[in-house]
Amino acid sequence: MIADGPRQHLPYWGFVAHRVSGLLLALFLPVHFWALGLSLRGAASLQGFIGWTDLPLVRFAETGLVVLLAVHLASGLRILALEMLGWRAAQKNLVAVSFGVALACGLAYLLRAF
Amino acid sequence: MTATLTVAVWKGDADGGFVEHDVPQRANQTVLDVVSHIQRELDPALSYRFACRVGMCGSCAMRVNGVSRWTCRTHVDKVARDGRLTIQPLANLPIVKDLVTDMAPFFDKWERAEGPFVPSETRPADDDFAVVEPAGKQRSWADAAQECIGCGVCYSSCDVVSWNPEYLGPAALNRAWVQMNDERDGGRPARLRAVSGDAGCHACHSQQSCTLRCPMELDPASSIAGLKRLSFKAALRGKL
Repeated sequence: MIADGPRQHLPYWGFVAHRVSGLLLALFLPVHFWALGLSLRGAASLQGFIGWTDLPLVRFAETGLVVLLAVHLASGLRILALEMLGWRAAQKNLVAVSFGVALACGLAYLLRAF
Repeated sequence: MTATLTVAVWKGDADGGFVEHDVPQRANQTVLDVVSHIQRELDPALSYRFACRVGMCGSCAMRVNGVSRWTCRTHVDKVARDGRLTIQPLANLPIVKDLVTDMAPFFDKWERAEGPFVPSETRPADDDFAVVEPAGKQRSWADAAQECIGCGVCYSSCDVVSWNPEYLGPAALNRAWVQMNDERDGGRPARLRAVSGDAGCHACHSQQSCTLRCPMELDPASSIAGLKRLSFKAALRGKL
């Protein structure tokens, strides 16, 4: 599992997943607030937006969003467990578990979406 | 016919570059053997450090194919790729010349992390030694972390040090964790403040390169996590 490179170990990829998912979610946040803000202009504009989100392609993209949220949440919980509970031997397995939970959340959403 | 290694060795200071040499490959050859061959036979001006040759002193640490290692304990056949080796000085430290880095910033950070032992009392009149129970929890944590020989492999492997040169780094924080678990030590409150700043334990991202690379098989990442817990508890109690 440990490759002979400077950054090829699993905990490093756990860090990358946490950081990249966080940055992508930060990019999404303005869109999220803009969509919420539509409700201030009345029900019709918000309803129009919600109708747009029913398009299959948008539903599919939302799955990616849910996966990002799940990855970020699971990675964050992993860090808290490592640092606050002082777990040692099972650290690397935790990375796999957190990814598994994240993926399961995303796939469960995908099944519901269609 | 003897197989030949192609070895690219760093020459000069930070603005230097790689110089390639052909080195005969031998059985059980270590990377330090390769560097010594180059210095003795091909480039007498090559500067590098070593002392014990058996993994006790920690002075021969360099980057081999991009990974920080003790060169004396690294066999060539484990790391050479297609008969090629790339040998550089440790990262995150100023290069003095060739493969020699200035270790002063590394050890200065041990001081900044309040690494030295602070006696809490003078020797009692009856001249007995202080008793630290071997089975104690803190004693076991200190035991697990205290065998660091200061080679700098973890410091060179740490991305956070390269992003934030002020970061104290895994070795200094590991040392601070040892002292925080020494019940005889009288400097623990000041030490916890020293390691709880922006450049201290909370800057660590738990990438665990230090733990992966430590040739002594220590776990500085867990030591840093321990400091985070101490710092967190002290902050909750208003004692930081």
